[in-house]
Amino acid sequence: MSRRLLVSVFGSEHDIVAATKTARTRGYDIVDVYTPFAVHGLDIAQGIKPTRIAAVCLALGLTGAIAKLGFQIWTSAWDWPVNVGGKPLISLPAFVPVTFEVTVLFAGVGTVLAFLLRSKLLPGKKPKRLYEGVTNDKFVLVLAQTDAAFDVHTVREMFKPFHLLKMEEQVEAD
Amino acid sequence: MAEVLSLLRKPLVLDNKSYADVTHDIAKPLERKTSTAWWAAFIISVGVLLIGIAAVVYQIVTGVGVWGLNNTVGWAFDITNFVFWIGIGHAGTLISAILFLFRQKWRTSVNRSAEAMTIFAVMCAGIFPIIHTGRPWFAFWLVPYPNFRGPLWVNFRSPLEWDMFAISCYFTISLVFWYVGLIPDLATLRDRTTSTIKQKLYGFFSLGWNGSNRTWHRYEKVYLLLAGLATPLVVSVHTIVSWDFATSVIPGWHTTILPPYFVAGAVFSGFAMVLTLMLIVRKVMSLEAYITTHHIENMCKVILATGGIVGLAYATELFVAYYSANGYEQFAFINRALGPYGWTYWMMVGCNILATQFFWFKKLRTNVIWVFIISVIINVGMWFERFVIIMTSLTRDYLPASWASFTPTIIDLATLAGSFGLFFTLFLLFARFLPMVAIGEVKGVLNYGRNGKGGHA
Repeated sequence: MSRRLLVSVFGSEHDIVAATKTARTRGYDIVDVYTPFAVHGLDIAQGIKPTRIAAVCLALGLTGAIAKLGFQIWTSAWDWPVNVGGKPLISLPAFVPVTFEVTVLFAGVGTVLAFLLRSKLLPGKKPKRLYEGVTNDKFVLVLAQTDAAFDVHTVREMFKPFHLLKMEEQVEAD
Repeated sequence: MAEVLSLLRKPLVLDNKSYADVTHDIAKPLERKTSTAWWAAFIISVGVLLIGIAAVVYQIVTGVGVWGLNNTVGWAFDITNFVFWIGIGHAGTLISAILFLFRQKWRTSVNRSAEAMTIFAVMCAGIFPIIHTGRPWFAFWLVPYPNFRGPLWVNFRSPLEWDMFAISCYFTISLVFWYVGLIPDLATLRDRTTSTIKQKLYGFFSLGWNGSNRTWHRYEKVYLLLAGLATPLVVSVHTIVSWDFATSVIPGWHTTILPPYFVAGAVFSGFAMVLTLMLIVRKVMSLEAYITTHHIENMCKVILATGGIVGLAYATELFVAYYSANGYEQFAFINRALGPYGWTYWMMVGCNILATQFFWFKKLRTNVIWVFIISVIINVGMWFERFVIIMTSLTRDYLPASWASFTPTIIDLATLAGSFGLFFTLFLLFARFLPMVAIGEVKGVLNYGRNGKGGHA
């Protein structure tokens, strides 16, 4: 199935937020917005659901902590117990630093990997839907033409107050 | 056009730059022909690095005895250099993580190069413990892995083992943090460059970034999480380094003040190194509109604050030694200031405490030449601080019969020089192939402090 897209290009963060907000309140189907930097308030304007990546981070951090603490106890007290200076075999305070470091390692590296997988960012991948200037100074709003009632002219009028730079129709094959 | 963010603040980026100007200004130095100055600096750095490599090879082939060590002084230059470089490596993560959490928006112009500096400094630091093992091909014994000796596991109660974990985790997280920040900028370079090879490389590493706001939305969250994780990490790393000393029973080392003292010193020295590098970079690469006197002044203030903490720590140590009524502790500090290595102590006080006092004056904080000179002085002073802590306590501990002194050999000095060679070689390569300033982040603060017409408030 292919779908028809309407690509509108803007020149400032202010305009893209306002245009996105307008398009959303009027019930248009926003495919995505493309910007050169993280524009604050754009996620709300676009209606993106809050990401759950923080939960992933917490879960991975806890996994790291439990795994490393368990590993230290297992190696020091079970697998080959060595008496070091008369300290207890399970010397918890001495196990804290390494446990902490591994917690951060798991949480940090794991969160980034989760992010890359979720956003389908992979080494050597060809960018999908890369619009000209979007990594430089252009802000691009992509709408899907969902039904016959979609009128390009109305949209052009709607975006005029936001200094619309360019508008073009595209057909995207899946 | 431009959104009014605050009329009370000064703009972070000068000259009324547009988004396209930012991309152009930062990407341009990477696209033009390699300058003669860069080649000159690179050849010198590689030359110094080669001297260091020669020294290390000679040391490994011959043995650790080629250093000026003896029975009493079991580690000297190697651990001094290690702590020095790790300290330098603290400013990068501080700028990228802690200043991010504090919403210090000026960080955007300096965080990229400070993070790169962190990674290179940690690499330099990591070399020293590895070569000090004498047989670096066995350095992996520090890693707990199932082996045929039992398996005999590493001792997790040892601060040296904690250190191994702290440094390797810190290096990994710093690298990941830096790379995540680089992805959008790599995409910018990919879309600009005309060279096929560069396009392929930047394309490969930019992971198919297309500026989608759904990705940006997650990206921002990931960045915040990484900053939140890196903040306690950066504090923990130098704390653990200080435990290498504090958990021993040597007078002058066995104190609870060491962790905060080391962390403050690390930030202090790291910012000095950031300033030293940034002042050269902004001149050579014409980034004066991005790294403004406002940035320099802010970094000077951080140096002044952390320098104050370091000074307080020096004074506290002296007071606690006096107040402890412990003869050995008292001797350690009298010996530190007045003993055979007394000159290094006064060098440290002079460079770290007296020299920083100039930063109380706005005129000097905004004078680039002054700031540069003082930042170099602080770098020297902080190297001496580590030398003082390590050497004075180690050469004269409890038994006068076991006292000894340490004189660095030519190999010690060549290895130290070599680490600087490595640092500058890596930094120059970074400056040649990657954007020195976070393009995407600077665009985000471009309208900061500008009025509705896009001019300065």
